[in-house]
Parts: sequence; C-alpha cells; structure tokens
Amino acid sequence: MITPIRNMGHRGIDALWRAGSVARFFMLILTNSGMSFRRFRLTIREIYFSGVMSLVIIMVSGLFIGMVLGLQGFETLQHYGAEETMGVLVALSLVRELGPVVTALLFASRAGSAITAEIGLMKATEQLKAMDMMAIDPIARVVAPRFWAGVLSMPLLAALFSATGIFGGFLVAILLVGIDAGVFWSNLHAAVDFRYDVLNGIVKSIVFGVAISIIATFEGFDADPTAEGVARATTRTVVTSALTVLLLDLILTGFMLRGD
Amino acid sequence: MPSSQPSSFVEIDNVDFSYGKRVVLEGISLNVPKGKVVAIMGGSGCGKTTLLRLIGGQLTPSKGMVRVDGQNIASLDRDGMYAMRRKMGMLFQFGALFTDMTVFDNIAFQLREHTTLPEDMIRDLVLMKLNAVGLRGTAKLFPAELSGGMARRVALARAVALDPMLIMYDEPFAGLDPISLSVVGQTIRKLNSALGATSIVVTHDIVESMQIVDYLYFVSEGRIVGHGTPDEIRHSEEPFVKQFVHAEFDGPVPFHYPAGDYAEQLGLAPVRPLPSSRSQP
Repeated sequence: MITPIRNMGHRGIDALWRAGSVARFFMLILTNSGMSFRRFRLTIREIYFSGVMSLVIIMVSGLFIGMVLGLQGFETLQHYGAEETMGVLVALSLVRELGPVVTALLFASRAGSAITAEIGLMKATEQLKAMDMMAIDPIARVVAPRFWAGVLSMPLLAALFSATGIFGGFLVAILLVGIDAGVFWSNLHAAVDFRYDVLNGIVKSIVFGVAISIIATFEGFDADPTAEGVARATTRTVVTSALTVLLLDLILTGFMLRGD
Repeated sequence: MPSSQPSSFVEIDNVDFSYGKRVVLEGISLNVPKGKVVAIMGGSGCGKTTLLRLIGGQLTPSKGMVRVDGQNIASLDRDGMYAMRRKMGMLFQFGALFTDMTVFDNIAFQLREHTTLPEDMIRDLVLMKLNAVGLRGTAKLFPAELSGGMARRVALARAVALDPMLIMYDEPFAGLDPISLSVVGQTIRKLNSALGATSIVVTHDIVESMQIVDYLYFVSEGRIVGHGTPDEIRHSEEPFVKQFVHAEFDGPVPFHYPAGDYAEQLGLAPVRPLPSSRSQP
C-alpha cells in the first residue's frame, strides 16, 4: 500500500525538480543571450540549420494539408450550397490553428530533435566541457543561438505553412471544384481578420517556438553522455514538445476566443 | 616536492572530494613547480581525472584548497574563473575536437573568441601551432578524417592555442599506437619547454611518462601512495609503486575482485566449515 504512494511521491518530486531545472535553464539562456545578438551570424547559422533546412517539409506539408482541407471543406459545404466560402474555411483553419500547431509539431520532429541530438553528442564527446575549459560559456555560445534561432524561425515557418496551405486550397477550389478565383479571394479577404486571426496565429507560433526551443536545448544539455542517453533525450524532445504544444494551444485558444 | 614551495604553480593542499557518498579523493596534497612536467599516475577510476577537474575549477573540493598561480580556485567567481582558465590549456582524453569545424577552425576557435586579432594573423598563428605538432597539412580536414593519434595532436595544438601557462593532459597516450604515443610524448615535452609552461599529465602509461616527466605522483584509492623523480620511482620499494612500475600481476592491487569462496561457488567444498580445526590445512 505504501509503495505506490511512495512511487507517486517520487515521480511528483522528480517532475517538480525537472520543471525547476528547466526554469533555471531558461533564465540562464536569457541572461547569456548577449552573444546571440552581438554576433548575430551565430544565430543566423542556426536559423539556416533549424529554419531553412525545415522549409521543404513545412511547405510540402502545408500544400497537402491545404488541399485536403479544400477537398473535405467542399464535401461538407456543398450540402449547404456554401462551397464558395471554401477559401474562408481553409484560411481560418490554417491561420488560427493548423498553421501554428502542425508547423510546431513538424518543427519539433525535424529541428528540435536535431538540436537535442547535436547538443547531447557535444556533451557526450566532452566538447561542451572543452569549451567551458576554454573560458567560453557553452550556454552563451552553443545553446542561446540555437534557442533564438528556433524562436525566430517558428513564426516564419508557420506563416509559410499557412500561405502554401491556402495556395493548396486555392488550387483545389479553382482546378477541381471550379470556384471563381475572385470569389475565393474576396470571401477569404472579407472573413479573415488581421488582429483576431493572423496576429493570434503569430502569437501562438512564437509561444510554440519558445517552448520547443527550451525543450530541445534542455534535453540535449541534460542528456546522459552516452549513445543511449542521447537517443532517449531525442525521443523525449519530440514527445514532450508535441504534448506541450497541444496543451499550450488549448490554453491559448481559450484566451484568444472573442466569445461573440 | 611534497612541501609547499614558493615556485609552485599548482598547489593542492589536503583535498577531499566525494561524488555523493562515494569518496573519490582523500587528503591529497601535491605541488607542481613552475616550468616542470609532472605526471599523476594510477589505475583506472582512482580519481586522477577528478584531480584535473579540481585544478580546472570544474569541480570544487569538499575539503582543502586548490591554488593555481597563487589563487584559491574555489574563491573565484565566474569571471575570475574564466580569467584563470585563459591561462590554462587542457587536452581531453578523446581530444574533444569540435566535430562541425575543420582542424583549422578548431585551433582558431579560442583566438577568435578571446582576441580581436585580424584574420590573417590568426591564420599564421594557427599554422604555427599546427606545424609544431607536425600537422600543418591537415588544416582543411574535419576531425572525423583524422586518425586517433592525429586527432590527439590537433587537440594538443588547440590546447596551446593561447600559449597557456598551465597545460593539463588527461590520458594523452590512451589508445595510441607506439609511434603516435612517442610523438605525442615528445610533443608534450617540447611544447612545455618552448612555451615555458607548466604541465600536468594524468596517465597510466608508465613507460612513456618516465621518459618525459620531471616528477611523478602515484594515486591509489583516492590517496597519494608514492612520489618522486623517474629515477627514484624506478627504485621505489613502495608496494603499489613497485607493482605499477613493474606491471606485476598481483600485489596491493589484487588480481581478483572481492568474491565469495571459489570452491564453495563451484560446489566442490562443503558449505559449512568442518568441526575439527585439525582437519583444516
């Protein structure tokens, strides 16, 4: 009887301890971020690896998801004779929800896991210790540029995802369904609000970018310095990022709804 | 060299260190005089690397004091520690070269981070360091393209990139073929003389160390069990030193890990001792 309670307590304390470590790590990144901006080419290099290298998967996924949304939307909307509002359905779904969330999930799998593996391997091969012994802070030199690269890349990738998604929906509407292009765009333009739809989507993607970047860098920095430890940390990054993004999305959506 | 000397560059005074409840070092005292090459020897897991980490300030002793260049390492704040580490170079056991950079960039790394030297001057300095270890031709290669011995020499060139006053070597000879081993050994000696530095070599390679160092300390189970010049060590009667130097099969470091009775485990002997003591040998 006592053992399960004790185990639960242990797990609770461990989780709390880990959350505290993440918070401290976040503060360390913030206080050691000077170099990431003073020598911005360090951050640009990481933006290339995290952001630019993720472009293909993000844009191709966006295109397909936009096309699927178009097809599914048409299927439902035609029952109500409202197929001309297909553009609105595609755009709102993408800009408000799917853009930030799916981009975040893809970004965590593509870039987050790579960041964790890279930092974890640097730790396992004593590169971080060597840097520290050279009087160069690994948090400032290795972690912070990757963190800021993630934070800056995420909203740009989410915007590109939504843009290519809307284009995919547009292709379906024009080529398959036969909706007039002018009608598609004018309906979309009239229904999508910059403040409530676009801006909220951007806020979400920035928040997701911060969350994934902290998780990915922390897991790498905290990984056991063995091959198995790095593999576990990489898996944890993807799983924790996905769950965190979905939970944060629920909370943010709750705050952002107009309620009118 | 056991007592404190005014010319000591590194002084370790009665230091204890534990990882949690596991005591790694106990009452360690040693001195490393300026300009000398000193070896810290001992079997695997005896606390040699921990000793280097204490000197480099990556660990803090639970008791005692570590002084480098007259400063108590434990009393330094982060900036003070980093200022101190700029006077140190360290060669890690497996080189710890940055795998995403070329050999050239690895050696230029500290020069670019810590100095404002123009790029053409950095280029000349890097080529000079690489030439000193005989690997100028590898500047454009990546660490993955080097052999173990070459990687160790590149790491050596990187460790001395800023002309440090103290160079620490963690197992510089581990896993090297005889030629690479001798090259690395001679390079350690030459670099120390050329830079006027002080060197600490942590190793278990007794043959190579005896040829290049000025003084040796032996560590076993977290304690210093012997020390002396290579000549003194060769003739030492201290059991651990003797076993280590002459690579004896059994001695203070037993061949067998503690275990239960062998015959009993094989089922060849009665489990209970015989009642009469006369029947025992």
